[in-house]
Amino acid sequence: MSAKRKFTNIVSYIVLILISIIWLFPFFGILMTSFRSYKDYGGLTNYVIPKHFSLDNYKFLFSNKTKFLQWYGNTLIIAIFVTLLQTLVVVCVAYILSRMRFKLRNLLMRTWLILGMFPGFLTMICMYFLLKQFGLTQSGAIPGLILVYVASSGMGYYVCKGFFDTIPKSLDEAAIIDGATRSQVMFKVILPLSKPIIIYTALTAFMAPWCDYIFASYIAFGHESSYNVAVAMTRWVWTNDYQGYFTRFCAGGVLIAVPVTLLFMALQRYYVEGVTGGAVKG
Amino acid sequence: MAKNKNRKSSASFKENIAEIGTTFKEGDLKTRLSFIIMGIGPVMRGQYVKGFAYLLSEILFFWYFFGFGLQYLSKFGTLGNVETHTENRLIVYGDNSFLILLYGLLTIVIIAAFIYIWRMNVRENYLEEQKLKKGLKLEKNSKVLGSLLDENFDKTLLTLPVLGIFVFTVLPIIFMICVAFTNYDKQHQSPAHLFTWVGLKNFKSLFSFGGNGLGATFGKVLIWTLVWAFFATLTSYFLGILVALLINKKGIKFKKLWRTILVMTIAVPQFVSLLYVSKLFTDTGIINGWLLKLHWITSPIPFWTNPTLAKVMIILINIWVGIPYMMLIATGILMNIPADLYESAKIDGANGWQMFKSITLPYMLFVTGPFLLTQFTGNLNNFNVIYLLTQGGPKSMKMAGNAGETDLLVTWLYKMTVNDTNYKMAAVIGIMVFIVTAVTSLIVYNALPSVKDEEGFQ
Repeated sequence: MSAKRKFTNIVSYIVLILISIIWLFPFFGILMTSFRSYKDYGGLTNYVIPKHFSLDNYKFLFSNKTKFLQWYGNTLIIAIFVTLLQTLVVVCVAYILSRMRFKLRNLLMRTWLILGMFPGFLTMICMYFLLKQFGLTQSGAIPGLILVYVASSGMGYYVCKGFFDTIPKSLDEAAIIDGATRSQVMFKVILPLSKPIIIYTALTAFMAPWCDYIFASYIAFGHESSYNVAVAMTRWVWTNDYQGYFTRFCAGGVLIAVPVTLLFMALQRYYVEGVTGGAVKG
Repeated sequence: MAKNKNRKSSASFKENIAEIGTTFKEGDLKTRLSFIIMGIGPVMRGQYVKGFAYLLSEILFFWYFFGFGLQYLSKFGTLGNVETHTENRLIVYGDNSFLILLYGLLTIVIIAAFIYIWRMNVRENYLEEQKLKKGLKLEKNSKVLGSLLDENFDKTLLTLPVLGIFVFTVLPIIFMICVAFTNYDKQHQSPAHLFTWVGLKNFKSLFSFGGNGLGATFGKVLIWTLVWAFFATLTSYFLGILVALLINKKGIKFKKLWRTILVMTIAVPQFVSLLYVSKLFTDTGIINGWLLKLHWITSPIPFWTNPTLAKVMIILINIWVGIPYMMLIATGILMNIPADLYESAKIDGANGWQMFKSITLPYMLFVTGPFLLTQFTGNLNNFNVIYLLTQGGPKSMKMAGNAGETDLLVTWLYKMTVNDTNYKMAAVIGIMVFIVTAVTSLIVYNALPSVKDEEGFQ
């Protein structure tokens, strides 16, 4: 029995190590490519470890030959504002839908469910012209993007509501009997108990703008200084000259991935709680 | 139950009309005045907060309607008939079909909202009169305001989110549904040109299988979308559970380390990792480079240029993206499976596979059924994985409308919007995506174990 268990454990370890290699290889590759010197010509090579290590690519990103720092700043600003506003909206909507019963509640929830079945960027053109009316495209794309992300975020209340639903209603009732108003119940009773879900909501809100290519590229529409990192760097890879830019793309990728990943790892516990809770409750 | 509700609401429409009538007939002067000047009744009864709110909404409505909405609404039937042209070498701007359609719709919705508010205003007067007749006092103004933080807290908190969703989701969706019935495309771009209603013509061209018809391409893209969503969901789901079981196995050390390694794919922004992975498999990428160096192959494997291979690669790489999510979720749920189930199974002599088949899997399916459904619909619309890996390519002469072999309906829609500015067909495809999503959701939802048999595992 124990010999058999030992054998299966060894097999398990081998499988896990193989999995780890497959999962980590791209990140290792990106990191190594980012250190490759200009002397190794070309973006794509048949080796991973660079023949000449150098910081050329990073120097390029911080030089004034490119607007990388501006793009980085744009994305950071968008991410911070979206995190604050979206968390506020989602928590408010989820609290109301979980705690209060009003006339249009079911209609609202059903309508939002149906709206969610339309592909998101069907509305892209309309959104673009709407924003254009207010000067929020191209050079004004950053506030425009924040508006677009936040405006519809109320529909993503599911996970948060699921969490609020697990907090016993007797807490609210007791507070109301003691003379608290609904708003006091929210701020003094429910929210202090909801730290995990607030962090989860904020974390997912913060991560999303770093990956958005679709809306960001359409609303910035060729106006370079309002790109976010995803738009700008995806363009580097998709130009015909990507061989020259590929190592720089990797260096930029490292600069983006490191802070985001560290933040994510630090808050991983809350993320896992949110994702699992959301999946179980549907 | 549902039928009952319907009857109730249709009856209440008649009741509404009747109530408006009696309110006017039996009401006093204040009430009757409120029929024209909204809120004047409550103001005269000392209900300043409510009264002025109604009055303000009426003023805003008329200001909007006559100053702005009416000019667009009046051209809504034709979407404009004066084209932009040049007179004596000067450009004279004509009607802008886009704005006429957009603001026409907005005006229609605002009129509906105004009628609803007007009805509330009439009812408010009615209730106030009833109260005063019974000798009761009306609410204090401060209490009306205070209720916004208490009984009416829902209105306070939901107004802005609902408004945001209306302007940036509902209105654009209605707009695009309308665009599907117009000829808005490259040749009919506003403001230079007009576009107009064409009925079902675009839908016919999507389902026409003749020479220029998109029918064959649409069929192909639709089938690939469904195949992709099916495999992408199932592979990630089952492999994710297996990996979770592997990590949680008794006697395996460094559980946290294995988990953290997998979670990296969630943490690193997809556009970085997926673009890198897509370049790994190009003709000059590392994988082909290594295989050539080892002389295992003599010419690069066409990972992205062979349609079938590209499809397989996308599904494989999606496993790389999908397993970590599923592993996290499965880990949480697996711990909740009652341990005595396994113990009694062991006593009965069940082996690992039998326990997985008859305890773990049914339990997982039961608990995560709705999640599986959202994953499936999410994959139907999975733009990032496809677009970052292949951009829908490889291109094919057999496909119309610039579609590539690995295009999903959504990436095709995106290309039509951005590259071809073929807005009318993009709108039609958008509606198709909605129908596909809604129909599969309904079918799958009704087949879910947790819906069929709610008590199953309780």
